[in-house]
Amino acid sequence: MRQRTRTTSRHAFLAVVIAMTALVNSAHAELLIRITEGADSAVPIAVVPFSESGTMPAGDKVSRIVQDDLTMSGEFRPLPPEKMLSLPSRREDVYFRDWRMLGQRYVLVGELKRSADRVSARYELFDVNRQERILGETASASVNSLRTLGHHISDKVYEAITGVKGAFSTRLAYITRDTFKGKPRYRLQVSDVDGKRARIRLESQEPILSPAWSPDGKKLAYVSFETGKPVIFVHELATGKRTKVADFPGLNSAPAWSDDGRSLLMTLSKDGNAEIYRMDLASGKLTKLTDHWAIDTEAVYDHTGQGIFFTSDRSGGPQIYHMDSLNAEPRRITFGSRYNARPRPDNEGRFVYYVHQRNSAFHIARTNLKTGEETILTRTSSDESPSISPNGRMLIYATKQGDNSVLTVISADGGAAYSLPASEGDVREPAWGPIVN
Amino acid sequence: MNLSTQTKAFALLLSVGLFAGCSTTGETMDEGGAGTGSDVSAIDQEGGSTVYGGGDEGGVSSSGLTDEEKQAAEEQAKQAALREITTFYFDFDTSEIKPEAREVLVAHAKYLASHPQQDVRLEGHADERGTKEYNLALGERRANAVKRFLIVNGASRGQIETVSYGEEKPAVMGSNESAWAQNRRVELVFK
Repeated sequence: MRQRTRTTSRHAFLAVVIAMTALVNSAHAELLIRITEGADSAVPIAVVPFSESGTMPAGDKVSRIVQDDLTMSGEFRPLPPEKMLSLPSRREDVYFRDWRMLGQRYVLVGELKRSADRVSARYELFDVNRQERILGETASASVNSLRTLGHHISDKVYEAITGVKGAFSTRLAYITRDTFKGKPRYRLQVSDVDGKRARIRLESQEPILSPAWSPDGKKLAYVSFETGKPVIFVHELATGKRTKVADFPGLNSAPAWSDDGRSLLMTLSKDGNAEIYRMDLASGKLTKLTDHWAIDTEAVYDHTGQGIFFTSDRSGGPQIYHMDSLNAEPRRITFGSRYNARPRPDNEGRFVYYVHQRNSAFHIARTNLKTGEETILTRTSSDESPSISPNGRMLIYATKQGDNSVLTVISADGGAAYSLPASEGDVREPAWGPIVN
Repeated sequence: MNLSTQTKAFALLLSVGLFAGCSTTGETMDEGGAGTGSDVSAIDQEGGSTVYGGGDEGGVSSSGLTDEEKQAAEEQAKQAALREITTFYFDFDTSEIKPEAREVLVAHAKYLASHPQQDVRLEGHADERGTKEYNLALGERRANAVKRFLIVNGASRGQIETVSYGEEKPAVMGSNESAWAQNRRVELVFK
C-alpha cells in the first residue's frame, strides 16, 4: 500500500530573505542576503571570526561567508560572534570547556594573510566533545575572490562534519522577468548559490526557459523564444559563444545533458506531436526515444546515466515515467494524484522529485524509488521547477509570493531554508549547477 | 462492406440534415410548401448543408433573388461579426474545443477557404499552473486542435502556422480561476 505523508519541517523554519537590487547600467544584478530567523534543531557550530594580517578588501569577511553558508544549509546553527567568550585563531587558544558551556559541537578558527594580490587562509575545525581537530588546511584565492575562498572553506567544513560533499561553491542559473520601458525583459543569470555575484548572461524581450547545466559546469543549454518560437541554444559561459542546436518546426524544448556532455535529451514536435529525442551534439544526429500520441516531455537522465525519467500524459494526465535504458518500455512511477510532472532524480537512485498537484495546489513531492512512498515536501502552493543540489541535500524551486515568483531553497527532506525573491518582477526556472573541481 | 459504407453515408447525410434542421430559425422544413426564398437561405447559411433544402424550387424568382442578395449581405455581416472573435478558451489540462467556439471557428475556416492567400498563426497558451515544459506542449496541442478543426472545415494546411508560448505569455496577470480561465487559450493572428 502506497503511503503519503506530509513532512512536517524537521528543522525549525529558517528564513533568509535575499532582495535583489538591480544596478542600473551594469551587467551585474547584486543579491543581498538578510537572515531573519535562525534554526532551532540544527547542529551548533562556532565560526570564530578569522584573524587578519595585511589589508583585506572591503566587503563580507571570509568567516562571515562561511557562517552564512552553513546557516543557509539548514543543517547548522552558527553561534553569533557577539556571544563568543574568546576569539581564538589557533588551536592553542581554543578552550574546549568554554565552547562546551556555550553548547557548541564544533569550532572553526582560522587566520587570513595577504601577500600581494592573494589571500591565504589557514583554518582548523575542532570537535568540541572529543577535543579533537577534524580538519586543518591552507587555501588561497585572489584578493578579488574572497567569496570563492569562503565557499571553499564551507564545503570542506560541511564535508568533514556530514561526510557529504558541500555544494556551496556551485552556481545557480535562473531566469528573471521584469518590465523595462514598457516591454517584458527576460534575463538568464548565473550567481553563487547564495544569490551573490549574479551576472546576466542573456537578455531578451521574449521568454527564456529551461536552463540546464552541462556536467562540467561550463555551458548552459536553454530554450529561447528570441526568434519567435521555442529554439534550443547551447551557451558557453566563459566566451558567451552561443550555438543554435535545435530549431525544427514546432517545439524545441526541455534540454537535458548526458553525463559525458556530448548529447542532449530534448522534446521536439517536428513530426506533429511532442516526443523525446536524443541529439548527438557533434553530428546533430537525432534518435527518437518515445513514439506515442500523448505529450512526452521533460526528459532527464537517471543516476546511472543509461535510463531516463520523463513526463507523459498517456494515462490521461501528466505522470512520471522511467525507462531503464533508451529503448526500454516506459514504466509509470507516480500514482498519487492526477498531475505529476517534471521529474528530477537524485544522484544515487533513491528519490525522484517532481511537481505534484494535490487538490488545487501544486507542491514539490518526491517518491522513494524503492518503496514507492510519496512525500509532499513543500507547504507553498504554486510550486514549479524543482532542481536538486549536486550533493542531493538541498532542493531549489520556484514558487509564488504574492504576485511574484521567487526561488526557495529547502533541504531535500522538506525543511524550509531560504528564499530568493527579486526586488521587482519574477525570478524562476532555477537550475543548480554541478560540483566542479 | 459496401453496405457499411452506404450506411455510413446515409448516417452522415442524416446527421448533416439534422444539424441543418437544428440550426435554422425554427421554421418547419419538412413541409415542402413552407419553402420560401428566405427559408432556403436560412438553410444555406449553415454551410455545407444545402442538400437538405434543395428540393424546393420556390425561391427562383426575381424578388427571391433580391431577398437572397439581402440575405447574403446579412450573412456576410454575420460571418464578419463572428470572425471578430479570435481567442478560444480551454479547460484545465485539456485541448478540447468548446461547443460555443465551433460556429466562430467554422466562420474562420470558411474565410480562409475563400481567401487562399490569407495566412493565420495559431498561438497556443496555458495557464501558470503545472510545469512550464508540459504547458509548452499543452499550448501546442491546443493550437493543433484548432488547426485540425480549421482544416476539416475548409482551410488548407499551408495557410496555418502554429506556435506555443506555454504559460509564458498570460493574457491576464493574477493567480485566480478567472485569470487562469482567460489564459488557457488559442489566439488566431491573421497576417
